[in-house]
Amino acid sequence: MEALLALIIGVLTACGVYLALRRRTFPVVLGLTFLSYAVNLFLFAMGRLVVGRPPVLSATATGYTDPLPQALVLTAIVISFAMTAFVIMLALKARAELGSDHVDGEGGR
Amino acid sequence: MSHLVILPVLLPLFAGILLLAVRHAALPLRRALSVTAMLAQLALALLLFIRVSGGEVLVYALGDWPAPFGIVLVADRLAAWLLLITAALAFWVALDAARGEDARGRHFHVLLQWQVFGLAGAFLTGDLFNLFVFFEILLLASYGLMLHGGGAWRTRAGLHYVVVNLLGSTLFLFAVGTLYGVLGTLNMADLAQKVAATPAENVPLVRAAGLMLFGVFALKAALLPLYLWLPAAYAHTSAPVAALFAIMTKVGAYAILRVYSLIFGPGAGPLADLIEPWLMPLALATLALGMFGVLASRRLKQQVAYLVVASAGTLLAAFALNSVEGIAAGLYYLPHTTFAAAALFLLAEAIARRRGEVADRLETGPKIAHARVLGGLFFVAAVASAGLPPLSGFVGKFLLLRAALEHPAAAWVLGVVLAGGLAGVIALARSGSLLFYRPVHALEAVAAPPALAASLVPIAGLLLLGLGLTVWADPVLRAAQATATQLLQPYEYIHAVLGEH
Repeated sequence: MEALLALIIGVLTACGVYLALRRRTFPVVLGLTFLSYAVNLFLFAMGRLVVGRPPVLSATATGYTDPLPQALVLTAIVISFAMTAFVIMLALKARAELGSDHVDGEGGR
Repeated sequence: MSHLVILPVLLPLFAGILLLAVRHAALPLRRALSVTAMLAQLALALLLFIRVSGGEVLVYALGDWPAPFGIVLVADRLAAWLLLITAALAFWVALDAARGEDARGRHFHVLLQWQVFGLAGAFLTGDLFNLFVFFEILLLASYGLMLHGGGAWRTRAGLHYVVVNLLGSTLFLFAVGTLYGVLGTLNMADLAQKVAATPAENVPLVRAAGLMLFGVFALKAALLPLYLWLPAAYAHTSAPVAALFAIMTKVGAYAILRVYSLIFGPGAGPLADLIEPWLMPLALATLALGMFGVLASRRLKQQVAYLVVASAGTLLAAFALNSVEGIAAGLYYLPHTTFAAAALFLLAEAIARRRGEVADRLETGPKIAHARVLGGLFFVAAVASAGLPPLSGFVGKFLLLRAALEHPAAAWVLGVVLAGGLAGVIALARSGSLLFYRPVHALEAVAAPPALAASLVPIAGLLLLGLGLTVWADPVLRAAQATATQLLQPYEYIHAVLGEH
């Protein structure tokens, strides 16, 4: 399971970096979204992968999963969600005002 | 537990919420509210500064959860000093925006308050993930402020600024995640202890996380090669916002100083002085490149933006000396360069408005109305920025050079700082003479120049703060030295946060 998760994070990060370096705003926004997915999974995995254990104290528990990364990841999801919404609006505004969806506002290809 | 520590964070937050609630009220009322809140923030920052000036480290545990389990706010001399600088700058910015810039959108003052909220939180927090959250708050507010008023160029520069900072935030999270995964804590004082005791097999991971963090902070501080977002963003936004952004690069410098003196400082065992080989060369290269930018600029605002890049280089060169004298010189230079750059941004706008279509392009233009007053202020601001005697820039650079004498790379520091100063003098003298001494009389002067008095107040206020730094250089320097001493002995900070350990 660890290897699979690591692979997913790696592929998502690679796709995110590649797309973020593109010259049109839409792939750049997609790239940022992929990167935020990758980092959310990464943060989640930092509490180690544990199956079927409670995060809060309980009398019958035989072990626990770390609750803190889950709290961190919630915060990170909310922030990245807000940022994505903002950057999409900004990209649309740039498309309208600059007449092109090139990241430098240039026309042509 | 003193509640004073959290008040500078809460006040701008609630002022922003209040301003949002009364968004349909008359503009003068909202202006008065915003400026009053900034004054109150200044008073709080001053109170906090006086409280911690004896060397006490105030700790505020949110929800009374003890560290390292809960989030703590920590006010030491460094945090209070930066809080005070921010509050003083933000007051004049709010006053300047009240001359009309805030009428171009409905939420200018809300964003301004939340920008100060994010800044205050970033300076006071003692938790690395919380630092990330406050970075996002101040960035989100700054995105709104930067784009305020609109325009194609502003949108283009804003898009770059937002995308680059989002990438920086992602990197920040990767670094924080790695640190938590290896060390199991995010409280900065606790991290300092855990990093020092890192087992050998984990050292490369922690080193990678520490250097990723440096990348993030270098991006905020506009260190070479991550400064590219700055000149366009600062040159194309409105004048009061650019003036406020003079403090934004200092947040990166603050984070570098805090994290690499506390967590990866001299006491960090196998990871001691993690960024020492990187910081000085990068800072000097940033200073040199910033000064090339100042020389090559074709617009006055662009020139001031490159001055901000160069000053970030100077500031980090001072911090890179890693001695009490060096850090103290940096802490003296920090408010000087913030106020001087802010004053220059406001002056550039005042000059541009009187030059018609030429605006702030560095070309011969029509005769400027009120040239004597504006020229005089430009002269004062330029002398301060270039580091000529007798103003605060000179004192700051002198302290830096004196502290650098004992450093192994002294020749490089002295050479680059002095050559950079010369380039600054040449470029600003050329701009000044072009703007004020060589008007083309054939061109029609601007028919109805804007009123002078109101625009002078914030500029004069900021320059007077710089003058205050010069006149009271001795007490300020002693406070800076006490701050530097406290920073280089992180035991006090760790002890205050974690108690008996």
